[in-house]
Amino acid sequence: MPDTLPADSVGLVTPQKHAFDAPLELDCGRTLPAYELVYETYGKLNADASNAVLICHALSGDHHAAGYHSMEDRKPGWWETCIGPGKPIDTDRFFVVSSNNLGGCRGSTGPMSINPDKGKPYGPDFPIVTVRDWVRSQARLADVLGIQQWAAIVGGSLGGMQAMQWTIDFPERLRHALLIAAAPKLSAQNIGFNEVARQAIMSDPDFHEGHYYEHKVIPRRGLMLARMLGHITYLSDESMRAKFGRELREGKLKFGFDVDFQVESYLRYQGQVFVEKFDANTYLLMTKALDYFDPAADYNDSLSHALASAQAEFLVLSFTSDWRFAPARSREIVKALLDNRKKVTYAEIEAHHGHDAFLMPIKDYLDVFHSYMARVATRLHDNTAS
Amino acid sequence: MITLRPELRTIADWITAGSRVLDLGCGDGTLLAHLRDTRQVHGYGLEIDPANIVKAIDNGIYVIQTDLDAGLNEFESATFDYVVMSQTLQAVHYPDRLLDEMLRVGREGIITFPNFGYWRNRLQLLAGRMPLTRTLPHTWYNTPNIHLCTLHDFQDLCAEKQFRILERTVVDRAHRSSLPMRLMPNLMGEIALYRIKRR
Repeated sequence: MPDTLPADSVGLVTPQKHAFDAPLELDCGRTLPAYELVYETYGKLNADASNAVLICHALSGDHHAAGYHSMEDRKPGWWETCIGPGKPIDTDRFFVVSSNNLGGCRGSTGPMSINPDKGKPYGPDFPIVTVRDWVRSQARLADVLGIQQWAAIVGGSLGGMQAMQWTIDFPERLRHALLIAAAPKLSAQNIGFNEVARQAIMSDPDFHEGHYYEHKVIPRRGLMLARMLGHITYLSDESMRAKFGRELREGKLKFGFDVDFQVESYLRYQGQVFVEKFDANTYLLMTKALDYFDPAADYNDSLSHALASAQAEFLVLSFTSDWRFAPARSREIVKALLDNRKKVTYAEIEAHHGHDAFLMPIKDYLDVFHSYMARVATRLHDNTAS
Repeated sequence: MITLRPELRTIADWITAGSRVLDLGCGDGTLLAHLRDTRQVHGYGLEIDPANIVKAIDNGIYVIQTDLDAGLNEFESATFDYVVMSQTLQAVHYPDRLLDEMLRVGREGIITFPNFGYWRNRLQLLAGRMPLTRTLPHTWYNTPNIHLCTLHDFQDLCAEKQFRILERTVVDRAHRSSLPMRLMPNLMGEIALYRIKRR
């Protein structure tokens, strides 16, 4: 952390928490009697509460999207590239809200929280939450914050899926939806990767059927494997080649099964870091939420029908080298919106970074994002959606 | 490729107020913005160039990044009143298929292209070289224009495909018309504008 905060950062931020005491009915049929959501806000809500932007996070993200928690922080929030004064999501113009999803492990109610019925952490008993559940909980947070209609809801990957679900479930409560590196549902290949990740966690001897908190251990090896696998799918062949190639860690082959190549070292490091900051039960939940996401399922498997009642305007963005949610997946969304004559803008950004491109400072990406958000900002006072 | 503002004016004059328009190769969205502001026209622009896409967004256009050579698969049949393609026909891989696609998704097609039969082009060919003119400023080895045609060529294709030509205008680069152009369009016309539909 530098001695001074960058001028284009939102600076020091403090997470807030709201306790909801009205029960939340979940898609799985169970009900959360009460829950808490932790969130951060950046910028100022204007007088008519028309400049609010909701950020939805992806699988391993959280509410800390921008700024620093203390001067000792080594890294800013996960979307510092795009949120801040003068950035695409310009905090001089917008009031930005970013919450940690239900089932998360960073302060919102999740597997690590105490189950009031049992007086101990939920662990594996935490209900499986869905994208729709998240959207419902976020809508209640909007109520608390006095936001009747979001100027925009923005998300990358799983976050984009939440933004899409918002347009279906609460069409009148947002004016713009920005779906970045998202997909209308997971493919068999996507689900396959998630299943390998789950199996890695669940077969770890320290998993204890999800009750590892009580044993004072964490399924370190399993979660690390899950992250290593996931990480490969977030990159591209090209970006891995550019970053590591076949570079050797110690300059020569060692004829053993320990680390030879830099890429092995990198993945192990990423896995180890992740294990220290993320909960395995939450990882299981998040991957299931991804697998289950399929808004068209309720509409005869027609995404066009699912999006028919959406009132928002859409920006859909994809990245050429993203093979986790490839551009063709985004075009499925675009097609469904065009079928409905919705107001949609689509760009396919040339980038070699793979799925992670949505977090990267890529000029074409930031330019499109910036221009689109400027459009959102100039239309704040249009009272009706679209 | 060049965008001629006067040319866009003629195109705009051909488009009925309140209609739905798809603009293939919309550039920075000038035409659609003009149609939206003056004629309550709705629609989308298709564009491939990232810089133009940003400008089109700035212009408030609903722009879809698309490679026209991949066709118009994302659009259902008969969803637009007009499909416009200005100065782009000569730069696509399959102009004949794209014309079919235009008249599949749209009721009418509006197409403009540089007339390869223009006398200056003919003169340069007679002198033994590929033309380099104000409307065709690229060298033969570095040009986006891979499917140039004359008015006759275009009309032959329309006849073969049973497209009806509803309107034709031939102009020079400054978008003026003249008596010689009207009398000998394939020789004197620099730029051709057509409005077509299926028979």
